[in-house]
Amino acid sequence: MWTNVPVRRVLHLALLGLASLVLTAGFAVGPVSAQMLINGAGATFPYPIYSKWFDEYSKVDPSVRFNYQSIGSGGGIRQIRERTVDFGASDGPMTDEQLRQAPGRIFHIPTVLGAVVATYNLPGDPKPRFTPDLLADIFLGKIVKWNDPRIAAVNPGVALPNQPIIVVHRSDGSGTTYIWVDYLSKVSKEWEQKVGRGTSVNWPVGLGGKGNEGVSGQVKSTPGAIGYVELAYAIKNNLPAPAVRNRAGKFVQPSIQSTTAAAAGAARNMPPDFRVSLTDPPGEDAYPIASFTWLLVYGDQSDEAKGKALVKFLRWAIHDGQKYASDLLYAPLPPQVVSQIEAKLKQITYQGKPLQATR
Amino acid sequence: MSSIMVQEGGTAEGLSLPRLTRSTSATGRWDDHLFRLLIRASALSLLLIVLGMVAVLTMEALPSIRAFGWRFLVTSTWDPVAQRFGALPLVYGTVVSSLLALLIAVPLGIGTAVYLAEVAPLWIRPPISFLIELLAAVPSVVYGLWGLFVLVPWLRAYVQPALGATLGFLPLFQGPPYGVGMLAAGLILALMIVPFIIAVGREVLLAVPNTQREAALALGATRWETTRLAVLRYARSGLVGAILLGLGRALGETMAVTMVIGNRPEISASLFAPGYTMASLIANEFTEATSDLYLSALVEVGLLLFLVTVIVNALARLLIWSVGGAVKEVRE
Repeated sequence: MWTNVPVRRVLHLALLGLASLVLTAGFAVGPVSAQMLINGAGATFPYPIYSKWFDEYSKVDPSVRFNYQSIGSGGGIRQIRERTVDFGASDGPMTDEQLRQAPGRIFHIPTVLGAVVATYNLPGDPKPRFTPDLLADIFLGKIVKWNDPRIAAVNPGVALPNQPIIVVHRSDGSGTTYIWVDYLSKVSKEWEQKVGRGTSVNWPVGLGGKGNEGVSGQVKSTPGAIGYVELAYAIKNNLPAPAVRNRAGKFVQPSIQSTTAAAAGAARNMPPDFRVSLTDPPGEDAYPIASFTWLLVYGDQSDEAKGKALVKFLRWAIHDGQKYASDLLYAPLPPQVVSQIEAKLKQITYQGKPLQATR
Repeated sequence: MSSIMVQEGGTAEGLSLPRLTRSTSATGRWDDHLFRLLIRASALSLLLIVLGMVAVLTMEALPSIRAFGWRFLVTSTWDPVAQRFGALPLVYGTVVSSLLALLIAVPLGIGTAVYLAEVAPLWIRPPISFLIELLAAVPSVVYGLWGLFVLVPWLRAYVQPALGATLGFLPLFQGPPYGVGMLAAGLILALMIVPFIIAVGREVLLAVPNTQREAALALGATRWETTRLAVLRYARSGLVGAILLGLGRALGETMAVTMVIGNRPEISASLFAPGYTMASLIANEFTEATSDLYLSALVEVGLLLFLVTVIVNALARLLIWSVGGAVKEVRE
């Protein structure tokens, strides 16, 4: 019968898989059992820098090993709330409601910054720039043509085609979407009321693409399309990333420096829990669509040794770790924010006593 | 007409096998008992797994079921921010994209299977069969990427404008040509399920005993009549199985569909318009669903997908049985 061959093949594969699993498990557990293992889970966006950090940090302190699962911010928040991991990671701050549901105080520790950029596909490669209200109205479906007089007014001398605008957004729930719609909510009352903020929203117009690659793929293959992707993704793939007018009235090109500038602009009014949205910040050179990404840790650690190791790592990450950021296209924290975080790390305790010796 | 008699006898032969097993086990051999116990346990465990899935899905979906009730099935807003959820466009997208895929894949798949099993010269069969099995093993994300970077631009630049110009009077082919949308999803799904239908269909046709063909030919049937009356009718239930396997894959396909369907929860008569499927929505939003009601609504979509799969499968079987039955009555 026809089933014979596939069944035997599947069985074979299954056995092989099982065997390799047993083998690798034996190897992996054997030599490192003396190390302390710190488990984390959450956002996918900072995964490249975090894995770089864990790798570099193992040279600094070989007694600690990190295991990070990039399952998404939502999963990170869920897992830290249920204490199934030692730290969580998220691209969006936890809500008050989520913090209330947690069994203990959770601290948000900013680690690096990311930015989100608009990207488009226009024949002839004109270089348009955007004001906040243009972006909001394009994504609300109120501006539908590239040669709309309002776009032309901001872009004198730029030849914009008489072509319909096709909006492309992320279809998967994502921190990138959160940053983008958080910005649109701040600059447009109508967006805030009609759509609002979230990792997934009810888009007024447009097509959904899965992941940065889905959005950029659809934008690239559709003349007249506009979408949004992470700055790092845009740089790596040479996508057009137009300047956006910031709150100070200047058109700022997205870059690693202008992203760090956004955090510096927000540092003066930094709330003590760091749950702050950096979009539309003050500051001459600030690119307005930027955000922290956070590690989530309990303020009262339940394991003294682990807590100590974690705090030590966090201290390393906000100081020495920052130098790895730019290479991986993340924006490093500005010095003002680093000293604010340092003060926060001193408040992490085990049974009431601080884990980091105050010097 | 006698070919039908042969055919009915053929199916009865298959049925007599279990009876044989039973009669030997009555003599009390312990290994037979053990064997019977083992296969019964495996069949039962499958039943338990399915029931367990339904139970867990229902339990997890309860908050959403309580909050929205029937409105979940008949409204079209999917708004995670306002926490209002309606799954109608998702059900529509899943069913329509899968049916579109079947519409394309069934004639193509069964046709190829008949060619390979009945008509093709012997030397060409192994390489073609090998290629088909290769196609069946391609991961869906590869189909999706190919769809996004090759199929979609081609649809947008050539196929959709041409369809719109010639058949644009039909609501099916109206609207702006985005490339992505229901048509792209149906095509990519068809491409993905065709290898399954061919591979299974071919083996089913090869299992038809040669006496069937010989009897038909002896009665003076042409090659086409032999294939239609003696082979296809005999293999009918197996071919239905092949098609349902394809349908099952189409209904549950996630990755490839989400990359080309446009992911917009809207119902539109046009095949050019973007849509959304249940499986795609779950895959897209599950990782970042933080609120309990949101998560519960996603689980309810999963439960709904389960139910839709059961219903569509049952309907397909009914349809084919009723058509088959009618044909038989006319003949007799």
